[in-house]
Amino acid sequence: MKLDVRGLGFGYKDRAVGRDVSFELNSGEVLCLLGPNGGGKTTLFKTLLGLIPAQAGTATLDGEDISKWSRRDFAKKIAYVPQAHATLFPFTVHEIVLMGRTARIGLFDTPSRHDRDAADRAIASVGIERLRDRVYTEISGGERQLTLVARALAQEADIMVLDEPTASLDFGNQVRVLERIVALGRQGKAVVLSTHDPDHAFLCGDRVALLHDGKLLALGPPDDTVTAENLKTLYGVDVVVAYLPDHKRRVCSPSLGAR
Amino acid sequence: MTGESATAAARPAEAPRRFGMAAAVVIVVAVVLLSFGVGRFAVSPTELWSLILSKALGLPVTVDPTVETVVWQIRLPRVLAGLLVGAALAAAGATYQGMFRNPLVSPDILGVSAGASLGAILGIFFSMPVLAIQGFAFAGGLVAVLAVYLVGSAVRNHDPILVLVLAGVAIGTLLGAGISLLKVLADPYNQLPAITYWLLGSLASITRGDLLSTLPAIALGLLPLYLLRWRMNLMALGEEEARALGIETKKLRVVFVAAATLITAAAVSITGIIGWIGLLIPHIARMLVGPEFSRLLPASLLLGGGYLVLVDMLARSMTATEIPLGILTALLGAPFFLWLLATARRGWQ
Repeated sequence: MKLDVRGLGFGYKDRAVGRDVSFELNSGEVLCLLGPNGGGKTTLFKTLLGLIPAQAGTATLDGEDISKWSRRDFAKKIAYVPQAHATLFPFTVHEIVLMGRTARIGLFDTPSRHDRDAADRAIASVGIERLRDRVYTEISGGERQLTLVARALAQEADIMVLDEPTASLDFGNQVRVLERIVALGRQGKAVVLSTHDPDHAFLCGDRVALLHDGKLLALGPPDDTVTAENLKTLYGVDVVVAYLPDHKRRVCSPSLGAR
Repeated sequence: MTGESATAAARPAEAPRRFGMAAAVVIVVAVVLLSFGVGRFAVSPTELWSLILSKALGLPVTVDPTVETVVWQIRLPRVLAGLLVGAALAAAGATYQGMFRNPLVSPDILGVSAGASLGAILGIFFSMPVLAIQGFAFAGGLVAVLAVYLVGSAVRNHDPILVLVLAGVAIGTLLGAGISLLKVLADPYNQLPAITYWLLGSLASITRGDLLSTLPAIALGLLPLYLLRWRMNLMALGEEEARALGIETKKLRVVFVAAATLITAAAVSITGIIGWIGLLIPHIARMLVGPEFSRLLPASLLLGGGYLVLVDMLARSMTATEIPLGILTALLGAPFFLWLLATARRGWQ
């Protein structure tokens, strides 16, 4: 499975947000999207999901132009994990996850035994079995985020798009969600996620895309792209990128040079 | 983050929700039986039982023929009308709430009732046949809900729920002005009593013919709600998420609005305006069986029907003259609505 994005321009009717974005995404790969607020990450995701039409360029999945797809086609191929939110009505976690099956449920049907089992498997694979029958509105933010990841898994799509899955989570929950994302890649999913923390790119990204003013500033392995220089361009602050020999990976930290 | 409180309140939701539907059935059956017995002419449970038995088994009737007439000719049509109209209004309310992602909307608040009223009163004003009055009621309801929805989606820089409710209030008031104008212009001897009576809602003058003419419209409106019951759940997630999960939200929304408006208008066209049911009953149903629409819809139908039969029983038995239903549903509904406002955060935040 290969998603191929070529020269994509995206935005809203009266306002172009990004242009000339090209990248490839293969099965088993985790692509981490970094960029400042308002840099166009969410708009890019919405365009990939077909929620807003592309303004230029193409996106193809195994050679097939996705702009012709129906909503059901999209949902079968690309799963979306929005930021954890509160729903209006007190659905149970199992019911929320079951909603991920909708594209595989007939227009006039309700979930079958098979769909319910798939939802249970998805719940188990993110390790929230104990929450199965709890009310989604009454669980914590981290638990909600894992529930939405489970819903995307129940969708059985090849590609997963996660919009800032770690935003508004405490440290422990951030790590738990990142571990889950690494595992998704190992299971053969193609994963795109956006994040505000460059360290997350070192932790879970096979490749990193830096989105700056609607254009790709850099695209490649984390060690090549997440550099002090690029982060300075991206966020306008000084950053130290250091190597942890004991852990054989890099970390970055703001240098707070003004003091 | 609400991690602490969430772990403290670890209670599974499934268990009580399983018994909710059974509770709804028991409540409705009890209310219906009670309502056959209670009234200016009391019918004892044994009389009722022997009547039902003789009807079911074709046995000769052993009770007083007056009792037989009261039960089959007078109370049965009223109970059936109560069940039908109450169920219809509650189902429409549950649909509007899910579709507008707003637990405070109802046919009343969205202006559907006011629009349907204006349509029906126009029909009465021009002395039209019943079928035309129903058609006008439907058109009026649809126009009102469209106007409210368009205003709600055009105004973007405020809380959408607030905008929707306020737009409903504004458009409802505008339609109310039209209703008042027609009342002033109407013939005070023939039309005005009919209009006033109609605006307060009543099951007293329901005939079998009314029931038969409304049933198809309500059934037609309920059919898509039933067929699309799983997809209704996703509408509550919001536009983008529902679309990302494979739902064609625009098409579905049109179907749901048309269906719920048809149901409301059809119900309102035979009984007049009966407020509050569409707002309250879905909440009670949600407490009993949870928000999943394939359970919420039947529970709302049951409880809505039972509630209107109960209110109608009170209306015809509490005092010597019948109390209009609109007054009673408001008396019961308004305090409940306020209680909901005060406590609801728990349920749907």
